[in-house]
Amino acid sequence: MTMIDTPITGPIKGPEGPEHHPDHHEHHAHHASPTPIGFWIYLMSDCIIFGTLFATYAVLGNGFAGGPGPKDLFEPGFVFIETAFLLFSSITFGMGMLRADKGDVSGLLRWLGITAVFGLLFIGMELYEFRHLIHIGAGPDRSAFLSSFFLLVGTHGLHVTFGLVWMATLAAQLKWKGGLNEANSRRLGTLSMFWHFLDLIWIGVFSFVYLVRLI
Amino acid sequence: MATELAHTSPPETWSPIFGRLTWDWIPYHEPILVGTFAAIALGGLAVLILMTKFRLWGPFWHDWVTTIDHKKIGIMYMALGFIMFVRGFADAIMMRAQQAMAAGGAEGYLPPHHFDQVFTAHGVIMIFFVAMAFITGIMNYVMPLQIGARDVAFPFLNNFSFWMTVAGAILVNLSLFIGEFARVGWLAFPPLSGASFSTGPGMDYYLWSLQIAGIGTTLSGINMVATILKMRAPGMRLFDMPIFAWTTLCTNFLIVAAFPVLTATLTMLTLDRYIGTHFFTNDMGGNAMMYVNLIWIWGHPEVYILILPIFGVFSEIVATFSGKPIFGYKTMVWATACIMVLSFVVWLHHFFTMGSGASVNAFFGITTMIIAVPTGVKVFNWIFTMYKGSVRMETPMLWTIGFIVTFTIGGMTGVLLAVPPVDFQLHNTLFLIAHFHNVIIGGVVFGVYAAVSYWWPKAFGFKLDDTWMRRSFWLWFVGFYFAFMPLYALGLMGVTRRMNAYMDTAWQIYFIVAAFGAVLILGGIACGFIGGFVSVVNRKKLACGPDPWNARTLDWATQSPVAPYNFPEDVQVTGRDMFWKMKEQGFKWSGHFHDIHMPKGTSSGIVLAAMATVFGFAMIWYMWWLAIISFIGCVAYGIAHTFNYDRDFYIPAKDVEANEAKDALA
Repeated sequence: MTMIDTPITGPIKGPEGPEHHPDHHEHHAHHASPTPIGFWIYLMSDCIIFGTLFATYAVLGNGFAGGPGPKDLFEPGFVFIETAFLLFSSITFGMGMLRADKGDVSGLLRWLGITAVFGLLFIGMELYEFRHLIHIGAGPDRSAFLSSFFLLVGTHGLHVTFGLVWMATLAAQLKWKGGLNEANSRRLGTLSMFWHFLDLIWIGVFSFVYLVRLI
Repeated sequence: MATELAHTSPPETWSPIFGRLTWDWIPYHEPILVGTFAAIALGGLAVLILMTKFRLWGPFWHDWVTTIDHKKIGIMYMALGFIMFVRGFADAIMMRAQQAMAAGGAEGYLPPHHFDQVFTAHGVIMIFFVAMAFITGIMNYVMPLQIGARDVAFPFLNNFSFWMTVAGAILVNLSLFIGEFARVGWLAFPPLSGASFSTGPGMDYYLWSLQIAGIGTTLSGINMVATILKMRAPGMRLFDMPIFAWTTLCTNFLIVAAFPVLTATLTMLTLDRYIGTHFFTNDMGGNAMMYVNLIWIWGHPEVYILILPIFGVFSEIVATFSGKPIFGYKTMVWATACIMVLSFVVWLHHFFTMGSGASVNAFFGITTMIIAVPTGVKVFNWIFTMYKGSVRMETPMLWTIGFIVTFTIGGMTGVLLAVPPVDFQLHNTLFLIAHFHNVIIGGVVFGVYAAVSYWWPKAFGFKLDDTWMRRSFWLWFVGFYFAFMPLYALGLMGVTRRMNAYMDTAWQIYFIVAAFGAVLILGGIACGFIGGFVSVVNRKKLACGPDPWNARTLDWATQSPVAPYNFPEDVQVTGRDMFWKMKEQGFKWSGHFHDIHMPKGTSSGIVLAAMATVFGFAMIWYMWWLAIISFIGCVAYGIAHTFNYDRDFYIPAKDVEANEAKDALA
């Protein structure tokens, strides 16, 4: 029989359990918010979606079916500017987070606005590129290479679009729904993770979809 | 004649309002479907009338539909699983009847067009809407209780996940009466499932229902991983968790890692069908084997997603009914973790015949055989737990022993199939069908029955009727062997799967024996349902306390049925089998309770899922206007939901006290 000489309920701390924040009540432990880790796990699952699309691009990327290839279609200068817009938007988001740390809602909103402008420029350039490709007969139905290109880049673009809608929603909530209260701060933190994550994916896209294929 | 009509698909037309849906797609000329529809319509009407008569709509909406209580969501998943199980089993017994009849030139009663839909629907329903619903239900109900939590990490998300699963199930069932279902097998390999060979809405029903249900599954996987990592009771280390909580953790890691692959793959097939891309087409650079690889990269982990939680269920049961701690706790955990990792490096064994060469096939053959090692560790652990224990042969234990025997046989035929040269002979034969039914029925289905009979008293406060549940077990157990052992023999004779009819009359006797087995299983299912009904009727007589089995883990420290708040106060965990320790100590709640913080119910989950169902339906039938409206509706409603900050409330301490006192008196 196991010897237990400590009471089982009450204010004792167990060994190395999950994080608990003791409330003002002694008996009433509050769990640390599961949102950051939950969102992080979501990002990892999203990462696997992108991984699948990257793998598809790797396998089908040479299936030109007699149609145009990367060298005929991609403009390094264009993609470089597009990339710069998205990377800058990550920096400006970071600046916004610094304002948020200081509790400065209007400063945060200003930086979120700048971030959104960069995001919109990025999406605008991507749509322009897609429209151009379809116009010259290099649409997603032309070859397996173009199918996998449009799906990978397009999925990233949809994520950025979703991030922009989220940003607009959160901006409204920051302005009219209690500023940097607990819920809004949590949402801001997850949006920030999401936005930087998209940057990271784009670095993969920029390198493996565009750069490597232009060498 | 029905056969003749069934072969001609309605002409492809399109109108701006109804898309490609015309009256020709309503199968009023097929007697089986009309009969089914009439039965469901009458049954549904009866339920509607009874619910109105007994004024149950309000409670149904407040206590169930909008609930974010993990226990009620768990019970709803089980209900969904059993409803879909009836549908999937109806498909099974239709196939068994057809194959028992259609020998030597006889056509049977199902034309090929219909038979192909039946086997596709059977596979899709049994995996996605029966097995997945069951394991998600069990994990939802039991896991938070075992780790001493009040609810899951994201209670609203849990409700939303459930209703998305229901949305997928509704779309699959809708295909019975509006249009048709896919005729391509449960994994829908292209080019057969592509635009050129699968015209009509059947394949699109498949894609959209799985895609919508898949969102629910992925979100629920994220939810449960976060729950286990963050919501454990104070002091509970990961290695203090019951085995079932461990298997839940590993299963949900697999869900989070594997389901995104399914989402991406089905998206590509959808694009191939809808906008003419060339991922999996025969021409223009597409590669159909790419689909087969991707779908099995999801598909193989999927079978472990189904079986791991069931391993956990049996571990709990075998420890409880042997009156001993589980033998080899740590080896059990590591075996689970090994299986989790290995499940990602075996996918190619599903298509050795692709011809990727001896080295690749040898690699995947060996990794597959290696999985048998941690699984064997588990089997021995269960046996050693029983060894020198005081084993009580209650029904959960019967299922457990039935499982150990049956699953081991199925596992061994799996190792046979893992040998590439053998697989070249047996690929796509009934030997394979027998093998995976041997592990899925012997594992998952037996496990679900075991779990239901074990945790039923916890959920409802009374035990299940022993006599009927024993009948159910024996009919299932014997029926299984009658139904599937002949298929091994047929497979060795070279009989392929998915055959509507065959010429060699020497095979027929085996099919007849298999059909007899299916009838025995039908009896087992019927006894289970009768047992449930009889138990509800006799619930006063079968009533039991919170710990009817003398169990070991924290889930049994709660009231039966469990109070909404689960535990009136936090339990300070000091080790494994915590409830056993508490009982040894003569544990009592302190009696000084505090207000308990709880999440509020919400209708957002069902509203969003309803709009997703409409969206799926509109996409299937090319009703673009409706698709646009329902999509915008989903997004707008989702955003509106985030403006609701009023999401929690407190259960006052005096209510907790009153509730706990009531239990003490009883």
